[in-house]
Amino acid sequence: MKLQEYTRSKGNFEECMKCTVCTAYCPVLQVNPLYPGPKQAGPDGERLRLKDPYFFSNTLKYCMNCKRCEVACPSGVNVADLIQAARIKYDKSKPKLRDRILASTDLMGTLTRPVAPIVNAVTGLGITKTVLDATLKIDRHRTFPKYSSPGFEIWLRSHKREQAAFPEQVAYFHGCYVNYNYPQLGKDLVKVLNALGVGVQLLDNEKCCGIAMITNGMSESARKHAVHNVAALQKAVDKGLKVVTTSSTCTFTMRDEYPHLLDVDNSAVKDSLLMATRFIYEKLEKGAKLNFKSDFHKKIAYHTPCHLEKLGWGVFSEKLLKMIPGVEFTMLDSNCCGIAGTYGFKKENYEASQAIGQALFSQIKTVNPDVVACDCETCKWQIEMSTGYTVMNPISILAQALED
Amino acid sequence: MKFDSVIIGGGLAGLTAGLKLQSAGKQTAIISTGQSALHFFSGSFESLQEAPEEMKQLFSQAGIRLHYSPGVRLMPLGTFREAALSLEDIDLFPKASFGKKVLIVNLLGYHDFFSSFLAQGLEKEGMECRIRFINLPEMEKLQLSPSEMRAVQIARIMDRIWEKVIQEIRLLLKDEDTVVLPQVFGLQDASVPSRIRQGIPARVVFAGTLPPSVPGIRTQMLLKKRYQLLGGTFLMGDKVDKAHLHEGRVHSVVTQNLDNHYIEAQNFLLASGSYFSKGLSSNPFGISEPVFGLDIDFAAERGNWYSPSFADDQPYMAYGVKTDENLHAIKDGKALENLYVAGAVLGKTRPEFGTAAGMAVRSALAAADNILKASEL
Ligand SMILES: Cc1cc2nc3c(=O)[nH]c(=O)nc-3n(C[C@H](O)[C@H](O)[C@H](O)COP(=O)(O)OP(=O)(O)OC[C@H]3O[C@@H](n4cnc5c(N)ncnc54)[C@H](O)[C@@H]3O)c2cc1C
Ligand code: SF4
Ligand code: SF4
Repeated sequence: MKLQEYTRSKGNFEECMKCTVCTAYCPVLQVNPLYPGPKQAGPDGERLRLKDPYFFSNTLKYCMNCKRCEVACPSGVNVADLIQAARIKYDKSKPKLRDRILASTDLMGTLTRPVAPIVNAVTGLGITKTVLDATLKIDRHRTFPKYSSPGFEIWLRSHKREQAAFPEQVAYFHGCYVNYNYPQLGKDLVKVLNALGVGVQLLDNEKCCGIAMITNGMSESARKHAVHNVAALQKAVDKGLKVVTTSSTCTFTMRDEYPHLLDVDNSAVKDSLLMATRFIYEKLEKGAKLNFKSDFHKKIAYHTPCHLEKLGWGVFSEKLLKMIPGVEFTMLDSNCCGIAGTYGFKKENYEASQAIGQALFSQIKTVNPDVVACDCETCKWQIEMSTGYTVMNPISILAQALED
Repeated sequence: MKFDSVIIGGGLAGLTAGLKLQSAGKQTAIISTGQSALHFFSGSFESLQEAPEEMKQLFSQAGIRLHYSPGVRLMPLGTFREAALSLEDIDLFPKASFGKKVLIVNLLGYHDFFSSFLAQGLEKEGMECRIRFINLPEMEKLQLSPSEMRAVQIARIMDRIWEKVIQEIRLLLKDEDTVVLPQVFGLQDASVPSRIRQGIPARVVFAGTLPPSVPGIRTQMLLKKRYQLLGGTFLMGDKVDKAHLHEGRVHSVVTQNLDNHYIEAQNFLLASGSYFSKGLSSNPFGISEPVFGLDIDFAAERGNWYSPSFADDQPYMAYGVKTDENLHAIKDGKALENLYVAGAVLGKTRPEFGTAAGMAVRSALAAADNILKASEL
């Protein structure tokens, strides 16, 4: 009866009916003629690569792993997984120093945090940027995310006792960005969860989710991080805790990329790992209440980050924001902002990255919101740099709208 | 999560119903696994004579202009097909009025438009054809990757440089009365085809290309945009895996992405398309509807599902989900009280709604109507 299921191949590439729909939605294909596109790089190429690895093409590195091809495909082909898996399997070239630096988000953070003001000053200098541009090929137009000291972990540890007093508890996978660059988002989450009677604890030593390593050709290091994180998540799950997150990419990586690309089994923890937006929405649906300010007013344009679109959980952010009294909500058309993690930081991708984001940027300018809402930190850098509009995580907007 | 209505499938039927319900003040969600058959849409709505008033209104609010002009349209291989209602950029004309001398213009390096087949087809009809290619510097980048030189990628460029295209064609034009161009214009800006028509001193006819369809994708984008503007929630790339039924009603559905988060609604609409979109599924032993397991009549003998001649009407295309007079779905012989069905998943079981895109629109409007009536009770 289930003939097709028995013959299902990895990445489901044999289901491809060559309809070309994915090619219409690939943001890279729109701007980079050297990229063969999702159909060619994915299911079509897979057929050839299985015959002979000779057919692996280096141009697959232009894929940003945004997964828009998968969202569009009517046949359930895991197009982007096929492409990334091929890069892991066949690309034997060593990642460049630049890529290793960009990929090591937590190492950068650990090394630089004690001297954060100095690093910020140095990476902000025109001369440093020119040197980075020339030596490491990190595009000079990019603003480096600022490093913040002390980090979020230290802050939360100093509030351990009061957090433990809440009757209900969750663990928080904060990710590199909250810890090193933007502890305020973590603090905002703590504020909102506390308002719901939920206390927040750290995981037992989380590591960077590893997405930047996957896309920069360092899958072995990524796998180590994955094994480590799954064990850390398991400890929380064993204590009966849910684990919440504020970054769509970290969440997506740990839920989907660990098993699909790194062969790391996360089945025992997957269901307990949630975006905080989903956790909060589900609590409110079950009757919990948040007290909002009566005089809150904001025109918000919401941008669904690619990985959240793929997760299918943008709806929780949308619903939460619409729930806040005084919010005027616009859903932006689903378009990639062009940054795709470390992709847009590379000199060779800068132009493409900005061209990809153009449709989104001009729509934001037309809507002219007070603030752009988005659950992804790299989208935030890209949109702020390219449009001048402030970008906030929905959690921070919720925190701002709460009665103090 | 709770909605007034949840629609399964975001193609022409799902979006039309969604627009109608959302315009009537209902809170709805559309869940759609992938993109729809609109990506292959020729631009004319088969079986529709004149657009229903409501369709005109819903579509024009979305920025989609339709025109009604019974006649024929030019097919990609140089034949003609009857049509009456189409998107504004699709030409419909009395066959006799098609010109005698035709200039077919293609873009250099574009292989999804069969200019020589077109010419052969038209020559059989007694027309005289000349084929020419144009090459513009803006297309150089695309030409680097011939496998990806597709309608949509070209259209993105043409939206910007259509004026140059006009100039090129004017240079090529001799004494032809008709110019045929591939349908690679008007992805973001639907007015580009008519501007090209105005700029060329001959009749300009756009002929279909291999997919993806530029007017089809534009239509999909505009319908979805309007739906979201009206406050509708569109869950793109998610798949309804199964449903919870209780006492003859659908209580909730479960999706791939939201796993254990049930989506509840007063009413559900199944608009999941035909085999192509996996709204219907076939295997050697039978034909089924995968989400609810609804009733479908099909010939017991598999050999009778299809006709040996490829060009014939294929019996399997007629099979579809069974419904009662109000378009309620039927499961195990009984109508499900709050599950309605519209669009291609009906197959040809409801001929009163017509066929193809016309059927998708009419059945969607009727189902939405029934949902609104039911929710007033
Ligand atoms: C290739 C092709 C070309 C066509 N061209 C024309 C034309 O030019 N003119 C014309 O008149 N008619 C045409 N038709 C006929 C076509 O069936 C109708 O025009 C119409 O577009 C069908 O619309 P629909 O909304 O019913 O289904 P579809 O457009 O097929 O949409 C169904 C949607 O439901 C989604 N879906 C399916 N199962 C699930 C699930 N379990 N959970 C969530 N989502 C699900 C699918 O992914 C899909 O997006 C064409 C059909 C095909 C297949
Ligand atoms: S959209 Fe899916 S089925 Fe269509 S060509 Fe791309 S991978 Fe193949
Ligand atoms: S993942 Fe994104 S960049 Fe890569 S092929 Fe798919 S759509 Fe294109």
